[in-house]
Amino acid sequence: MRHLLYVLLALCASEAALAATPVAPRAASPDEDGDWRMPARDYANTRYSGLTQINRDNVKSLQPTYSFSTETNKGQESPVLAVKGTLYFTTSYPNYLFAIDLTKPGGAVKWKFDPKPDASAQGEACCQPVNRGPVYDKGTLYYNTVDAHTFAIDAETGAVKWKTKVGDFTRGETFTMAPIVVNGKVLVGNSGAEFGARGWLVALDANDGKELWRAFQTGPDKDVLIGPDFKPFYPQYKGTDLGVKEWPPDHWKIGGGTVWGWISYDPEQNLIYHGTSNPSPWNHVVRPGENFWTEGIFARNPDTGQARWFYQYSPHGLWDHSAVNESILLDVEWQGRPRKVLVHPERNGYMYVIDRTTGEVLSADGYVHITAHRGVDLKTGRLISNPDKTPAENKVIRDVCPNSPGAKDWNPSAFSKQTGWLYVPHSNLCMDWEAIPVSYIKGTPYIGAKPRFFPGPGGNAGEFMAWDPIARKKMWTIPERWPLWSGALATASGLVFYGNLEGWFKAVDAQTGQVLWQFKTTSGIVGQPTTFTGPDGKQYVAILSGIGGWPGGMVSGKLDPRDPTAAKGFGNMTQELVKTASIGGTMYVFGLPK
Amino acid sequence: MSSACRNSLALCVLLALAACQREQRDLQKPAEQSAPPAQTAVNTLVGGQTDLAMRARQQKDFGENAYQISQGLTLYGAFNCYGCHAWGGGDIGPPLMDEQWIYGGEIDQIYQSIAQGRANGMPAFAGKISPDQIWQISAFVRSMQGAADKAASPGRDDHLRTPNAQEAHSAPPRAGERED
Repeated sequence: MRHLLYVLLALCASEAALAATPVAPRAASPDEDGDWRMPARDYANTRYSGLTQINRDNVKSLQPTYSFSTETNKGQESPVLAVKGTLYFTTSYPNYLFAIDLTKPGGAVKWKFDPKPDASAQGEACCQPVNRGPVYDKGTLYYNTVDAHTFAIDAETGAVKWKTKVGDFTRGETFTMAPIVVNGKVLVGNSGAEFGARGWLVALDANDGKELWRAFQTGPDKDVLIGPDFKPFYPQYKGTDLGVKEWPPDHWKIGGGTVWGWISYDPEQNLIYHGTSNPSPWNHVVRPGENFWTEGIFARNPDTGQARWFYQYSPHGLWDHSAVNESILLDVEWQGRPRKVLVHPERNGYMYVIDRTTGEVLSADGYVHITAHRGVDLKTGRLISNPDKTPAENKVIRDVCPNSPGAKDWNPSAFSKQTGWLYVPHSNLCMDWEAIPVSYIKGTPYIGAKPRFFPGPGGNAGEFMAWDPIARKKMWTIPERWPLWSGALATASGLVFYGNLEGWFKAVDAQTGQVLWQFKTTSGIVGQPTTFTGPDGKQYVAILSGIGGWPGGMVSGKLDPRDPTAAKGFGNMTQELVKTASIGGTMYVFGLPK
Repeated sequence: MSSACRNSLALCVLLALAACQREQRDLQKPAEQSAPPAQTAVNTLVGGQTDLAMRARQQKDFGENAYQISQGLTLYGAFNCYGCHAWGGGDIGPPLMDEQWIYGGEIDQIYQSIAQGRANGMPAFAGKISPDQIWQISAFVRSMQGAADKAASPGRDDHLRTPNAQEAHSAPPRAGERED
């Protein structure tokens, strides 16, 4: 009897231990099948692969097996997708889409699609005309071009199935984000809050590219698709037409709130989750109010676009803290009860755990050095600003941490189903900031600030960390000299991959953070690592190398670091990077020796 | 009076004269002041003869005049030029403080780039900014690479001095590294 009791106790204990490890909801994170069809791998945005051939013991012998030129020289931010032995990736302007056939010796170009975007659109892309990749769904690749078009391309032949002009780049509406396909709808959102572009998310019919709904992120409720279904958790989001009232007259028309980041989808709730970018312009003096619905997150019904809830990470944004980073969907045990949450490493410096059914903030913990804010009030959900750091025109505010690209920019984290931890490539950056008067002129940048960036405490501008979302703390961290602009990948064999601006592609022990293998690619890495099973049944890991984007643009844009405000402030700290990094786009695939 | 003294006096007079020119403004300038002629090319290689008289005149009237350059600086900010080119180091568009000019670095060439726009993303401002103001912006842009007369160039913008990466690296870590 006593024996049985012990067994029961042990079972309970292991049950409790199991329950304590967060899990990605199965419906949003299906089992491994060897392919990688969407940038985030699954709707939960885990970037977790079940493949195990490459493991902690043999990873040291990983070597390049395939490589290709991307034929373009600006930042390469696309993942390499893999579907049944064919690889797909996009490039920076002119946004080529490549298909590489791995059944051919050494790999061969199956087809290359050139969308021929309008060259002028390059001048409307704040941080280089980068592209964050295609998405594969039922034999078709969907992707966006910098001149605000969405394409559907036949995965077999490279032929255009349809193309839709979704926005007007002459108003600053450009595309950098990767679409996501939900319930037969291709969801695409614009960039351009540095040009006063008004944010929107659009659903296109996957079959013919016809626009099904458009949700603006500023303006009247009917434009924002706020209706009877809208049930925000906090009272400050309840009211009528707050997207008009919380702005100076008509400013919402040029108010930003673009949707250029990652979208998650929970099939059980039938809700998508997407962030909104900074309000325009950066100079906050000209736009008093909460500036709804910028720098927040919406839960929406993907079939109608109707909003379910909203939460604003940074009310009346002061620092360009675009809230478009990934939200990783997890089911967790939170203070003794199961909760369906999303975990979001926010640019403002806090790691948020939010109930994804209601929009209630369960926790918000700083993961970098923070001076711009004094925490998050969990009762009201409000970010507490530091009044000492409130900008005024023509006044220099010093030591603002994190800086405008924030604690972490767009480059996505991974979640390991083994450890239950997030692997977060991020920054450690501060800045001095001067707001300057600014006027809106269509087609020109709408900024009104002079920022200058420098590394935060410790001197390392970047960091790769493992974060336990339940214990709410860093488990280990790898300091990096430069801000990290590459995504992360976690595998079931206990490995994590990421790259840095110097061009090193690294495999790290998921438990300890020990670097087990690294390879120096030709240029800096700002891409998204993926892994897949090749036609030979072997596991491979892929990454694009090619420096660019915001900090990397100092190099591939051939900018001059004698001006500290170059690249919106990165000129101040990239003298060495400009001297040492080299330009060029290359696709790499790594495998184990035969 | 020694010859050294005489020389330095002459130098002083010369400097004073130069300083006068630096601020000189022709308020009676005729209204026909306008865009550069069609011969202004975006490159240095031109088939046939080029009329450089206008270039020299505009360079003198705008490019070497402190008032015009300083007006150009104000307009450079007001028309959001810094959003793409920063304060010379570049951003979305190329840097303006280095020695490399894609479409020519002479004052009339810069004028044409601003007025006509350029294919890879430079907006066209002809008809949106008055010709005199485009000349002023062109004069300021040219001054960024140190091409303008020192006597006429605006002072450096030093009030937002920020430690660069090198200095920040050698600084000791500050207390309170983590918020939590």
